[in-house]
Amino acid sequence: MPRDTLEGRRMNGAKILLKALQEQGVEVVFGYPGGAVLPIYDEIFKQNQVRHILVRHEQGAVHAAEGYARSTGKVGVVLVTSGPGATNAVTGLTDALMDSVPVVCLTGQVPTHLIGNDAFQEADTVGITRPCTKHNYLVKDANKLAKIVHEAFYVARSGRPGPVVVDLPKDVVMEIGAYSTAPRGIKRQQHKTYRPAHSPDPASIEAAVDLMINADKPLFYTGGGVINAGPAAANTLRQLVKETGFPITSTLMGLGSYPASGKNWLGMVGMHGTYESNWAMHDCDVMINIGARFDDRVTGNLKHFSPNSHKIHVDIDSSSVNKNVIVDVPIIGDAGVALSAILKLWKERKAQRKAPSKTKALKAWWMDIEKWKSRDCLAFRQGKKTIKPQYAIQRLFELTKKRKTFITTEVGQHQMWAAQFYRFDKPNRWMTSGGLGTMGYGLPAAIGVQLGNPDGLVIDIAGEASILMNIQELSTAVQYRLPVKLFIINNQYMGMVRQWQELLHGGRYSESYTDSLPDFVKLADAYGMAGLRVTDPAKVDDTIKEMMAIDGPVIVDVCVDQKENCFPMIPSGAPHNEMLLGPDDDANRTVSEEGMVLV
Amino acid sequence: MSSNIYEGAVPVSVLKDTDVYRHTIAVLVDNEAGVLARVVGLFSGRGYNIESLTVSVVDDDVQLSRINLVTSGTRQIVEQIKAQLCRLVPVHTVKDLTDEGPSVGRELALIKVSGTGDNRVEALRIGDIFRCNVVDSTTDSFVFEVVGTSEKIDAFINLMKPLGLAEVSRTGVAAIARGSSGMEDKASPKPKAKKTVAKKVTKAKAKTSPKRKSAVKKAPSKRTKKR
Ligand SMILES: Cc1ncc(C[n+]2csc(CCOP(=O)(O)OP(=O)(O)O)c2C)c(N)n1
Ligand SMILES: [Mg+2]
Repeated sequence: MPRDTLEGRRMNGAKILLKALQEQGVEVVFGYPGGAVLPIYDEIFKQNQVRHILVRHEQGAVHAAEGYARSTGKVGVVLVTSGPGATNAVTGLTDALMDSVPVVCLTGQVPTHLIGNDAFQEADTVGITRPCTKHNYLVKDANKLAKIVHEAFYVARSGRPGPVVVDLPKDVVMEIGAYSTAPRGIKRQQHKTYRPAHSPDPASIEAAVDLMINADKPLFYTGGGVINAGPAAANTLRQLVKETGFPITSTLMGLGSYPASGKNWLGMVGMHGTYESNWAMHDCDVMINIGARFDDRVTGNLKHFSPNSHKIHVDIDSSSVNKNVIVDVPIIGDAGVALSAILKLWKERKAQRKAPSKTKALKAWWMDIEKWKSRDCLAFRQGKKTIKPQYAIQRLFELTKKRKTFITTEVGQHQMWAAQFYRFDKPNRWMTSGGLGTMGYGLPAAIGVQLGNPDGLVIDIAGEASILMNIQELSTAVQYRLPVKLFIINNQYMGMVRQWQELLHGGRYSESYTDSLPDFVKLADAYGMAGLRVTDPAKVDDTIKEMMAIDGPVIVDVCVDQKENCFPMIPSGAPHNEMLLGPDDDANRTVSEEGMVLV
Repeated sequence: MSSNIYEGAVPVSVLKDTDVYRHTIAVLVDNEAGVLARVVGLFSGRGYNIESLTVSVVDDDVQLSRINLVTSGTRQIVEQIKAQLCRLVPVHTVKDLTDEGPSVGRELALIKVSGTGDNRVEALRIGDIFRCNVVDSTTDSFVFEVVGTSEKIDAFINLMKPLGLAEVSRTGVAAIARGSSGMEDKASPKPKAKKTVAKKVTKAKAKTSPKRKSAVKKAPSKRTKKR
């Protein structure tokens, strides 16, 4: 229907909602029905532009929307019913808030006249979700519904992206109201109060390039902000790294913005980052943080964090700046815009850096780095008997790297090994729960990724404990013929918990062994999908190839060494240069009382 | 646009301080349901202090409300608070009245004092000195209305304690900047960054990170979302 005839047209709230979703270009909605949203489901039934994917749990719906959003750059959309539907979505919303993922979550609500009466399936959804969303709305008038939905999409995707909840009382979706069309084009949307930052101040760019020109030991430290700024930002970053010749590391969330095969790549930074990255963070004299937020997984002990560096911090969210670490040059704006501005100025001024002393200094810095690299911190020994988890992921990478592969993960050791051993060369190919660390994220996220990228090879690198948290979504994958692959690194333990207990709690493995695990091959069969198991290191390759050859969802149960630990590791509270490199390093040496309190 | 370049991002030299200061912050918000809960939730969720908070509609036509809040924290915390407030979607403008030049703050309190004899006479005499209005009176009680700075009201309450203080009801601080420009006056000159005019509350123990020279010097402190 042409826009002009749509404006002001009268229809019921549910229809208004569907029209607004269509106008926002929504292709997929992840949802689960219930009493309060029945009129909306009725409207969904009557149209075929917006596709509804029926999940098996509302948490799964939000993670699926996250996977969809992060792999496509579009807003993920969720529809759930009131009460338990909304409360089940809370974990997903919090996850999306922590990792800055654009999601619009539509929740049903009891009719307005019953709100506050403890009505059946009533929950104070706007109250509950206020602290775990970027913004939320309670719609009280069908005439305002379209405008609010357009605004919700704008708020979710602009500035620092995040989840937005729109709570829809049942009477509002049933009453007649007037439709209002979306402001034309993303840029044209204006908000009375919300004005996200975009272009950074030129003076701050100049100050940053000043520091860079004079740096002896520079380091790029990039994060999810570069991914969120879109593929063009990642491209600019690559050019800037090439132009400057500076080394680069990234947070968990930023993997892929600079290629892992790139010459200047040091690997991931942080608690399970590489030896060379963490030492470079510690020793650098100019740190260029682009779209990362000095998270505690990255900084370790703040008192000892990169003690001698001047710090530049590019962030679109001014509240991220000077929150954990005080920086010298704050740059508030979009990472892509800031990167372009820095690159342009750098090119103009790079002649100033040509001084022999600077070239020499950078060379010396790279020699330091090579020395750290030679520790080969990710080394592991694959024997003949049991599969090492690192080996399984390394082989998975080698055998799938030529395909358009997307990796999601659950949370635990396997997640860290995936970050270390799966080498991403492109942005938007890596979906993991970073900020919240939500077990159960990976499978629904993979479903969302696959829907957004039908031609992609989507693999959830999972742990056997995490996967059980949203295992019901297998049914969703089968229903929609989504050929997602579950690559379960099965160590029968909550490995990450077991590792901490081994290193920090005297080997008392309290409740971290999972007894009575299901037989994952039979489980696959029960859901109507293929199941494979591998226990012999020599058969890992063949099993992966077999998995890839199956044109449908597959579970691969990779039975790995149960006692393997994830190294390097910076124990909580320790500084970067006191990293544990392997089982022979004594954790008690580095962990202080103070550190034990930390998560 | 230069008016909000350093939103929430003040250079090191200003942030180094570990002393705790009291700040009065004015926040203009859209007068929509739940906006106060957002502000209060931000403070409780992130563990910030609220010493006083007042809220009222200030412009009925455009549905604007003003929240005045008094908080205390280190430089870094106060900057964080302002940046977090700015981030809330229905917030128009955040203004640090303590930082941005002279301002006045006033509170109104209703104070009930009961007693007879000398105490009653003394209470009335002190009330007079503090320019209180007596807004209710019985044979054995007064309700005083006192207006002034929070310190003045504190002082009056302390004096009433031995005289039969029965009940206190305070409005919290309403504050406003001195001078001719309004809160959203875009033409107003940018306030200069002040080192610290805030009143020190207590001394924090922790020492900050090692000194380093700051690469950026200016720090306009007005945080307006308007461009
Ligand atoms: C919902 C949730 N509950 C608890 C935790 C704490 N936790 C972090 S890792 C982990 C163990 C994960 O075990 P598994 O999925 O088998 O992965 P592994 O570490 O063995 O690779 C737990 C319990 C969490 N991150 N999320
Ligand atoms: Mg496990």
